[in-house]
Amino acid sequence: MSGLQIIFILVAAVTLFSALMVVTVRRMMHAALWLVLALFGVAVMFATLQASFFAVIQVLVYIGAIAILIIFSIMLTQRVLETSGEQIIRNWWLPALVALVLFGLLASALSLWRGFGEQLVELPAGVENIPALGKALVDPAGYAIPFEVASVLLLAALIGAIYVAIDRKEKAK
Amino acid sequence: MIPISWYLIVAAALFCIGLFGVFVRKNAVGILMGVELMLNAVNINLIAFWHYHTQVMANPPQISALVYVAIVFIVAAAEVAVGLALVISAYRRRQTVVVDDMNLLKG
Repeated sequence: MSGLQIIFILVAAVTLFSALMVVTVRRMMHAALWLVLALFGVAVMFATLQASFFAVIQVLVYIGAIAILIIFSIMLTQRVLETSGEQIIRNWWLPALVALVLFGLLASALSLWRGFGEQLVELPAGVENIPALGKALVDPAGYAIPFEVASVLLLAALIGAIYVAIDRKEKAK
Repeated sequence: MIPISWYLIVAAALFCIGLFGVFVRKNAVGILMGVELMLNAVNINLIAFWHYHTQVMANPPQISALVYVAIVFIVAAAEVAVGLALVISAYRRRQTVVVDDMNLLKG
């Protein structure tokens, strides 16, 4: 077993454990901090796949923006930081069963794929072609339209978020 | 190097954990966290298949998967912005973030 495989197993164990803590832990603030750890594990996995650009973007966008946004909204929506009552539904075993069955289905469906047992070899340096990606995103023959649609979606979502979250009562005062 | 199956299994497990979180959490912010985990599992799969596809055929450079991952990132950011705005707006009106109590649309 090579060193990279040991690193992968460690990272995968940490990621899956912190993901489990995200969905089960009682206090939402702790869940958000576990979420940061899980997202960081995913970033390390991107790095082991030699997608270093997306590893950096994962840290910047997910940990730097989304996790912070989640932590802010937890602080805004909890008048007392101590949570009262149960945080997960009473008969949680039914969703657990559904998730386990789905995992079994996914794993068996994936194992039917002929490339399932293949090793990923190390790619030559510079194969993650960031200049080509940047050019393709603005090339009309490439991905200019999906990229522009995505940016309009993001703008519309942010304006909508401001409109939804604005406090009209306070403005009237 | 690492077999591609490891990545696929970890991503499937992460997706199922996220789905479990979406089902069992009472807190609306907790549900959004589960959705984030599911989107991350999808991204792991996309990048793993990008790596596999690149090693099978390196020329021309494979960038479709990278574009797809970028769009998943954008959609995740939009989703969490709108979702958290809705949660804060609902909390301001109903003083709760428990989804069982948000029954305004119930007939």
